Amino acid sequence: MITLEQVIKELGSYDGRPIKIMEVCGTHTSSIFKHGIRSLISPKLELISGPGCPVCVTSALYIDKLVEYSLMEKHCVLTFADMLKVKGTTMSLTEAKAVGGKVRMLYSPLSAIKLAKEEPDTQFIIAAVGFETTTPIYALIMEEVIKSNINNIRLLTSMKTILPALTYICDNEKGIDAFLCPGHVSVITGSRIYEELVMKYQKPFVIAGFEGEHILGAVYEIVQQITEGSFHTKNLYPSVVSVEGNKKAQELVEEYFEEVDDDWREIGRIPSSGLRLREKYHSYDAGSSFAASQMDSPKGCRCRDVVLGRIHPVDCPLFHKVCTPMNAIGPCMVSTEGACGIWYKNGGKNQ
Amino acid sequence: MCVAVPGKIIEINGNTAKINVMNNITEADIRLVSAKPGDYVLLHAGCVLEVMKKDAAEELIELFQELGETV
Amino acid sequence: MKINMSYGSGGALTSKLIHEVFIKYFNNPILNRMEDAAVLKVSEKIAFTTDSFVVTPMFFPGGDIGKLAVCGTVNDLTMMGAIPKYLTAGFIIEEGTELSEIEEVARSMANTAKEAGVKIVAGDTKVIEGNGGIYINTSGIGEIVKTGISVAHCRQGDVILVSGNLGEHHAAIMSKRMEIENQIVSDCAPLTGILKELMKEKVPIRFMRDITRGGLATILNEITDSSHCGVVIEEGNLPVSAEIRGFCDILGLDPLYMANEGKLLAVVPKAKAKRALAAMQRSKYGKNAVILGEITEGNSVTMNTRLGGRRKIDLLYGEGLPRIC
Repeated sequence: MITLEQVIKELGSYDGRPIKIMEVCGTHTSSIFKHGIRSLISPKLELISGPGCPVCVTSALYIDKLVEYSLMEKHCVLTFADMLKVKGTTMSLTEAKAVGGKVRMLYSPLSAIKLAKEEPDTQFIIAAVGFETTTPIYALIMEEVIKSNINNIRLLTSMKTILPALTYICDNEKGIDAFLCPGHVSVITGSRIYEELVMKYQKPFVIAGFEGEHILGAVYEIVQQITEGSFHTKNLYPSVVSVEGNKKAQELVEEYFEEVDDDWREIGRIPSSGLRLREKYHSYDAGSSFAASQMDSPKGCRCRDVVLGRIHPVDCPLFHKVCTPMNAIGPCMVSTEGACGIWYKNGGKNQ
Repeated sequence: MCVAVPGKIIEINGNTAKINVMNNITEADIRLVSAKPGDYVLLHAGCVLEVMKKDAAEELIELFQELGETV
Repeated sequence: MKINMSYGSGGALTSKLIHEVFIKYFNNPILNRMEDAAVLKVSEKIAFTTDSFVVTPMFFPGGDIGKLAVCGTVNDLTMMGAIPKYLTAGFIIEEGTELSEIEEVARSMANTAKEAGVKIVAGDTKVIEGNGGIYINTSGIGEIVKTGISVAHCRQGDVILVSGNLGEHHAAIMSKRMEIENQIVSDCAPLTGILKELMKEKVPIRFMRDITRGGLATILNEITDSSHCGVVIEEGNLPVSAEIRGFCDILGLDPLYMANEGKLLAVVPKAKAKRALAAMQRSKYGKNAVILGEITEGNSVTMNTRLGGRRKIDLLYGEGLPRIC
């Protein structure tokens, strides 16, 4: 039995070789700041953000399509708050709203069903964005839409899966020594999805929740594995994460969506990393498969390097000096899950 | 990606349940799990994602027990 | 019965509205004269402020727009070390508003004004096109009884106090909008009682501010900016109820950034801190007052976390919308 104090002491005084840990999920990025984790662990243990911000990696052309829909007569876009301020090639949904676009914020996509029934003459386009945690919710919407014969809801999808992104990073980014796996994605997928990554890349993959204790425990576990040279998937969130995950949720997703190759903003095409409505549900799709071109990033913007874990937001030359939440250049600053925005709002400019 | 919170099911009505999160009662869809009133569950975007197999405090105690064993 | 445009014409209906609602509830000799302006006498240097209120819904757990309108201006005056004395109340009413709602708001303002010890001595009413809604502006005069209060006056070693639990007003409003049932009520309240208790104890007050939009974090950053100092607070001392924590967890909100309408932050010299705390706790709306932290060297706001880590607390960027993903 080890105590929290001992864990903090050991991590604080760690003086072995430098270890770079990718914390994949935007909510982990926030939690790390919230609990002051970096101030407790040795500077030789580096926590760096990854691609776990679904809005940050959504193509600019997707946003353009949403903007287009919002400005169409008798149409209304329904989205989470995260999507509102990210710019497409011309404007964001917030800016579209200011020129008469119809955009409504959702806390729960299931309230979309209620809205559709209340306003049968409006075509509702749901911005179906997210990773595995949120994908089952869009599947639930589909189930209800079909069961209740609702004909004024369609999905514009930008759903992505995390495993291909982790594989991409392991293949292309050699500097990452270990992964802090996203806790709530793992609730749905199960811990087994990381086994193949451990076997192939011989690195620790540790699943943790979002309390300070969970994160410290995960860092400690990673240090142990690397010190001993023995790597495996470790689940430190067993209250909700099982080996197999939520089978019901997986089956529901499987029923409505299929795997496709997908373009990740700032990264490019990653095979089998996206989900789109199956052919038989094609009539509920609002045009999700459009050719996404790799848009040139604004000059100097290093969102790509942030999302791939190559640099911290503070290392981007635009961070704070030009790019701020009030004047965001890249998606990582404007999205609420984006690493740059989270670093900035937590006084990261002073770190 | 996942702001989710633990809560307790107070009652179930078909596909939705009333969840108590520290005395805040909110409705959520429970079609993704098999659960009953009294269960502790994880809530995300108006949906229950999973039934909790143990409570948060218990989990933390066991977490440090396990970590201790790897030393 | 609903208000229509005729009530704003300046004619018989306007007079009826003023007499049967506003004069009836705000009733005092100065207002009752119904002159073009109130003639007042004050004995001290005065503080003078104004604020406008547009909250929806108009009625929420723990209060309404009228109560807010009185407390908001009363508290702004109090924070400057002034005892509030006189308010004006300007109403912009959308046609379609129920007369009973206006009455309810006026009654609430009268009760709150009585508790706060202020008289509403002048007012104005306009009616505009719309679908029902009330917007209120209040201006206020208070007599300064305590000088030297300024955001630029905090010194290293001074202690920071907060008068009670955070996040209640914000949560009360949002709970209604998001259909979350709970027992949370707005903390909307006049805070002059706290100033009076602090004065009884002869506590020098370096700085005082009510914690409204932008939350506690915003004020702490205003201190570091203006007093050229650092601030360190303890997460363990943050006064937040379990119910508010649960509410915040559901919506992804942070109590540090949430609006309050009946809470203040005060900075006092270290030697008087315990006395100041006791004084606050004696006051009707300061029962849950705590010592939160202190003024230090440096130039930023830091919170010592539960685990012993350090977290930087910056300004609120954006609108604090609940996030999900």
